[in-house]
Amino acid sequence: MAKITASVYTSHVPAIGAALDLGKDQEPYWQPVFAGYDYSKQWLKDNTPDVIFMVYNDHATAFSLDMIPTFAIGTAADFAPADEGFGPRPVPKVIGHPELASHIAHSVIEQDFDLCIVNKMDVDHGLTVPLSLMCGRQDPVHGAWPCPVIPFAVNVVQYPVPSGRRCFALGQAIRRAVQSFDADLKVQIWGTGGMSHQLQGARAGLINREWDNAWLDQMIADPRACSQVPHIDYVREAGSEGIELVMWLIARGAMADVTGGAKPTVKHRFFHVPASNTAVGHLILENT
Amino acid sequence: MALEKPYKDIPGTIIFDAEQSRKGYHLNQFCMSLMKAANRERFKANQRAYLDEWPMSEEQKQSVLDLDLNRAMSLGGNIYFLAKIGATHGLSFQQMAGSMTGMSEAEYRDMMLAGGRSPEGNRYLGEDGDAQPHHQPQGQAGKKVEV
Repeated sequence: MAKITASVYTSHVPAIGAALDLGKDQEPYWQPVFAGYDYSKQWLKDNTPDVIFMVYNDHATAFSLDMIPTFAIGTAADFAPADEGFGPRPVPKVIGHPELASHIAHSVIEQDFDLCIVNKMDVDHGLTVPLSLMCGRQDPVHGAWPCPVIPFAVNVVQYPVPSGRRCFALGQAIRRAVQSFDADLKVQIWGTGGMSHQLQGARAGLINREWDNAWLDQMIADPRACSQVPHIDYVREAGSEGIELVMWLIARGAMADVTGGAKPTVKHRFFHVPASNTAVGHLILENT
Repeated sequence: MALEKPYKDIPGTIIFDAEQSRKGYHLNQFCMSLMKAANRERFKANQRAYLDEWPMSEEQKQSVLDLDLNRAMSLGGNIYFLAKIGATHGLSFQQMAGSMTGMSEAEYRDMMLAGGRSPEGNRYLGEDGDAQPHHQPQGQAGKKVEV
């Protein structure tokens, strides 16, 4: 039986990827950001899963306005890093896990979540920056990510995005789906995006350190209450793009305590302002 | 019965909802076309001619020519799509975000280094924070206007 061993949460700011790709990660501006992941890189080496289930969002890359799926699961054998207008990031191809992905799609749809199934898709910084932060720089040709990755894209670009409550319930459905897969796989679920940031209008640059940290406290200790936070609170308090945080609730919903298991262990927690326009948040929770 | 849109009372913020998306479909799809290097070259060579290939409103086209992102957003543009225009012109995301505040690039970067824009006074229209309509443009640009 496959099982979810841990969840990882991190921002996916594109400028972080660019800083790493251009070798700027030890510059004074970026050094504190990357230092926040030193523990995490070692932790991932010591706790490499068989599969990473990656909740992220596409930023007008694979999905234009021609199609806007609320939830999309990548079932392909591999996914190429996308050209987002500057050429593709120089990182390894992302290897998928079609068997587990198809199994999860089947199970989750039967649990009343209408997923869009994607057999061909490029993946943008939303997916590759978390991998870079957790694995460090990898040669695009000779390097490799530590394990297969199942991309799970959530629409957080066009409003209304799915509610925190819906995301939290989806996480529980994904947990049941993983647990019904008939192979002994260790699966990590990663929730990405956020924290507070606004990239538009006269309010661009909004950061809300207090709200971010209070939200994190609640997401760790009482995720069910956290999942009830309405959209408007994210937008008003954490900026129009801060609403990406609902994706973290999918990962949180997949943890054991939500369905009566033990509380997860907080292995690592990190917060830093700024990375470009954004507050960086990062958390590792382990099921015990 | 009308839809409830509680996000309309946040200053300096346009939420890209289904209505905005409908208005901005062609504008955003034009932006999407700039993902291809050949299209970026063609656009840069003659912006007006390239824009005329798209069924966009004249206002939308003008907002692109002026690189007026606030205007483009009010006409249905989404920032992730509009960012592709900036990338075509060699602008970073931070430069584009900053341009919408009226601040210079250095002023905006310094604000972020100092911890970002405070939410205080910027949660609701009618408060007195720096993102409110009566405080635009921000930074030195705004100070010059007052003289």
